[in-house]
Amino acid sequence: MTVYEKELNGIRGTVYSNEVQISTVIGVRNYIENHYEVDLNLDILSHIQLVSKYHLLRLFKKYYGQTPWQYLMDKRIEKAKEQLINGVSVTESCFAVGFESLGSFSTLFKTKTGKSPSEFQKEQLSRSTLD
Amino acid sequence: MKVTLISIPVRDQQKALEFYTEKLGFIKKKDLPLGGGNRWLTLVSAEWQDGPELLLEPAPNHFEPCKVFQDALMEAGYPYTQFDTDSVDADYKRLTELGVEFSMKPTEMGTVKVAVFNDTCGNNIQIVETL
Repeated sequence: MTVYEKELNGIRGTVYSNEVQISTVIGVRNYIENHYEVDLNLDILSHIQLVSKYHLLRLFKKYYGQTPWQYLMDKRIEKAKEQLINGVSVTESCFAVGFESLGSFSTLFKTKTGKSPSEFQKEQLSRSTLD
Repeated sequence: MKVTLISIPVRDQQKALEFYTEKLGFIKKKDLPLGGGNRWLTLVSAEWQDGPELLLEPAPNHFEPCKVFQDALMEAGYPYTQFDTDSVDADYKRLTELGVEFSMKPTEMGTVKVAVFNDTCGNNIQIVETL
């Protein structure tokens, strides 16, 4: 066993020893992965795993380093990029990944990627044309 | 400021290029001569071609402390860096069949699964799947 493996075993014993907590957050993450496009909130996510929402918030942040909401937003932007690359319109992409307002989608998209959705799509389409 | 590039020290740039493209599936992005047989050689992920570039840097051949550090990491089994994957098990199977040597088989660590392989250029590399 390498020094690195020994260190990982130590971390597993201290940080990842609570299997119930880990199972809870993995369940929530999987739910977000499969339902990012619907109206999700902390009440729904905590109800699914039968834990209080503040407990879930703490657990998710502890194991994934971000809140469920931050994770959901990253997921939606990642999926919106796929839609835009495939030629789906900005408006359709926005609603397809679960945003309810074009304004909030565009603002968040620009914050996360540095470009507006339409700029991103234009760049991707011109790149594929040049290729 | 933006993160657009990370570097990996390699002993042989051509050998590294072949390993990272032919076995791992990266795509060559930039390749320009720097004199003395050295190259500015960068790769990108096939599925994220506008993502950060991976610089295959011949530093261990020119700067002894880099070589010492790289050797120490290798001996202790520590990964120099890590790459995300959708399935550690699938990559482990595929890479093992291609003759890649793993110092650590797929191992669950709480909310991630990891494995570590030898890149044949002086480094251990970890692959990570978020669970």
